[in-house]
Amino acid sequence: MSENIHDIVVVGAGPAGITASVYGARKRMSLKVVTVDVGGQTVWSGDIENYTGYRFISGLEFVGKFEEHIKQYSIDVREQEPVTLIEKKGALVRTVTEKGEYNSRTVIVASGKKPRELNVPGEKEFRNKGVAYCSTCEGPFFSGKDVAVVGGGNSALEAALQLAGIARKVYVLNITGSITGDEIIREKLEKKTAVSIMNNTEVVGIKGEKFVSALDIKSGEKHETLHVNGVFVEIGLVPNTSFKSPLALNGLGEIKVNSRNETNVPGIFAAGDVTDVPEKQIIIAAGEGAKAALSAYNYIARSEDWD
Amino acid sequence: MKKVIVYGTATCPYCIKAKKFLEESGVEYEEMDVSSDQSAADEAVKKSGQMGVPVVDVEGEIIVGFDRDAIERAVSS
Repeated sequence: MSENIHDIVVVGAGPAGITASVYGARKRMSLKVVTVDVGGQTVWSGDIENYTGYRFISGLEFVGKFEEHIKQYSIDVREQEPVTLIEKKGALVRTVTEKGEYNSRTVIVASGKKPRELNVPGEKEFRNKGVAYCSTCEGPFFSGKDVAVVGGGNSALEAALQLAGIARKVYVLNITGSITGDEIIREKLEKKTAVSIMNNTEVVGIKGEKFVSALDIKSGEKHETLHVNGVFVEIGLVPNTSFKSPLALNGLGEIKVNSRNETNVPGIFAAGDVTDVPEKQIIIAAGEGAKAALSAYNYIARSEDWD
Repeated sequence: MKKVIVYGTATCPYCIKAKKFLEESGVEYEEMDVSSDQSAADEAVKKSGQMGVPVVDVEGEIIVGFDRDAIERAVSS
């Protein structure tokens, strides 16, 4: 048996990927973890109050605990290594990343979700130059300036609330007829004079020279230019399934799995927010990761003829 | 030792990670909080040509975001 064939390649290192790795290591499987970052969306979670055993912990501290736990085992975690292809090669699975390729008996895809993009002209060009997906990180750059928040759910309203304390004017651009965030946040927002909510409004383009200076917006048949220096995109999440693979996805682009975390391809398992599992929660993703690792272990044990 | 400046905010997760990484590597750095210091914010934009944080300045070499390998290379080169 070739030395460089792993038992499990884990794609992603959020709650699902890390838990899968810990379970895999404890079953003495040879592992490789390829991921963009460690922690995934958990890094961005402000406060976590619903993970059993922790009454209160910040997202970043929680990820620190993950890192401590995974360091107990000698697992090779490759960061900043996005996956471009996963395919079956005989009995094995081949995983290709931007930096290399790996062959393994099984793969556990736990690549999570990322912010949904607007998909309008100017968005890519002005990323980090006025187009932002994290109000906590980039908000401070807009002190005294005018900004727009795109979206109408809780994350958009929370971003607007945060920006109201920094920016001069905050426009909430919501594509539907009314905002949908929780009542408690809506009430807080209505008290902020700097905030103005524009319903039935769609962003169709982002303009500027070096940095964003205006948005093209559309309300019904009416086209307008809105002068802002920043636009915060808060329109939900999409699964990280843009790599090539034979995996079956649902209408939302999530990987279809059964209760054993098996996908439509034998030897490829999936876990956490990237799958069609109902409810996206840290504790659920972690549990799914554990299940996927045990399923992968059983799959390897069942198929004796690996040589 | 090279002069290292980290532009960031107190709450941005990757700023915290970057600072922790420098501390663990025994690298001294100056911290600039772009959320409370407008001139620091302007300086970070001017140096990096963009508005994301962290911005790590290693004696004029600008690294945007928490890029562990790039920071390591810059401080040790």
